[in-house]
Amino acid sequence: MVNTKVDLLGLELDNPVIPASGTFGFGYEFAELYDINCLGSFSFKGTTLESRFGNPTPRIAECPQGMINSVGLQNPGVHKVIAEELPKLKEVFNKKVIANVGGFAIEEYQECAKLLDAEEQVGILEINISCPNLHAGGVNFGTDAKNAAAVIEAVKKVTKKPVMAKLTPNVTDITEIALACEAAGADGISMINTLLGMRIDLKTKKPVIANKMGGFSGPAIMPVALRMVYQVYEKVNVPIVGMGGISKAEDVIEMMLAGATAVQVGAANLVNPFACRDIINDLPQVMEKYNISSLKEIIGGAH
Amino acid sequence: MTQGIYEVLKNEQLTSAVYRMVLSGDTSALVRPGQFVNLLVEGCYLRRPISVYDWDEKTVTIIYKVVGEGTEKMSKWQEGHKCDILVGLGNGFDTSKSGDRPLLIGGGVGVPPLYGLCKRLVAEGKKPTVILGFNEEKEIFCKQEFSALAETVITTVDGSVGVKGFVTDAMKDMDYSFFYTCGPMPMFKAIEKTAVGSGEYSFEERMGCGFGACMGCSCKTKYGNKRICKDGPVLEREEIIW
Repeated sequence: MVNTKVDLLGLELDNPVIPASGTFGFGYEFAELYDINCLGSFSFKGTTLESRFGNPTPRIAECPQGMINSVGLQNPGVHKVIAEELPKLKEVFNKKVIANVGGFAIEEYQECAKLLDAEEQVGILEINISCPNLHAGGVNFGTDAKNAAAVIEAVKKVTKKPVMAKLTPNVTDITEIALACEAAGADGISMINTLLGMRIDLKTKKPVIANKMGGFSGPAIMPVALRMVYQVYEKVNVPIVGMGGISKAEDVIEMMLAGATAVQVGAANLVNPFACRDIINDLPQVMEKYNISSLKEIIGGAH
Repeated sequence: MTQGIYEVLKNEQLTSAVYRMVLSGDTSALVRPGQFVNLLVEGCYLRRPISVYDWDEKTVTIIYKVVGEGTEKMSKWQEGHKCDILVGLGNGFDTSKSGDRPLLIGGGVGVPPLYGLCKRLVAEGKKPTVILGFNEEKEIFCKQEFSALAETVITTVDGSVGVKGFVTDAMKDMDYSFFYTCGPMPMFKAIEKTAVGSGEYSFEERMGCGFGACMGCSCKTKYGNKRICKDGPVLEREEIIW
């Protein structure tokens, strides 16, 4: 018998597989298909203080082994999430969830985090710092160590729950941002968010995505994600949740060997709605194949 | 929605770019005409959403146009080919609103989902009229199939067959209880100006997942934000923001 359990920021997860924010909604579409209680945890749709429609369509473009999205944080706003979505989610998922928080000003992140802190269902706050800072000319918080640290520090002041900083890979040195977040009090790091990319339609000769550019995800980005997790693991002491193109049980193991304590599965859910369940089901036999008796023991094993 | 492996029973060319494919497998998730399926195509990352033309207990039939890499590959699938498909996506048309004499208006590759709808309406004892719009004679498909079910008017932009002009030229003098339409956006805008009374429009949008998870195909309506794939593709005339 192999052991797939891992400990993440005070939560004991049955397995390290967590659907990534924005690819799993609030769980109901998937709960219609299978019992989502098999998941380690679940990072729900990125939530902001106010409701957002997001970006104009088309928001999706296909790439070889991946996709670009430019949804633009469409969500009903934190008040509605708490009043309507979380109670519904509780009916289909009985474990602690990860609340993914977005914002366009430090005060927004704080207010949103404060409200979610009061929710018993929420086990971890995952702070998406890849949002444009509207008070600083639209530069992403996550691409500047000082701004990134300022968001984490502000959020830490209003919550007792563990705080994870979700890093953007669109930086020169991701370890610098990770270290700044750790110093600001982040209890964990989740990485990587999508890579900035674009596609151009040869028929119209214009960008496929209405917003021109968007976030590139899918199996194509896994080597980049893996490399970054590997680099950050060497520098920080807090746990890392690794993501970027994970689609099968072997990928989970590879990401954990690079240094991830748990993983998130994103784009794969959109292509195969059963992706997370399949990965979880496959994990024991893949562990056996590679002589792994406990997943906890392989974290950072490649170093 | 169900996911399954389906087998190609037939994949025939109808026009230079349009094909009809019959697939066998579980069709229990198809409950309304106007729903769609999402096919995994080898070598393509995202699935291909295609509307359902017709179905029975064991088979589902789709009609698709070759517009890119995915549909090009689909057109090469031979009898016996196996593919992974999500079936029973989207809301579909609501036939309870049709009244006795509904009008069905299809344009180009928007024609296929109206076939299943027409069949359902006839089965419910209603008397539908169908208008199918094409650019020219060689693009016409499924004329016989629709004619066997209901009075069918063809329009062609070049006048090579039927009424010369657009679907709206054939609509003008018609009297109908409700309308259903699927086709390109310019046709929708023309219908919106011409049509009388209530109706349903079936929309197309670039999709990520096709089952409501990614929010890739959202639109604003008078009833709030909707996902074309999950809350649509069929929207009521009254809710659409043009």
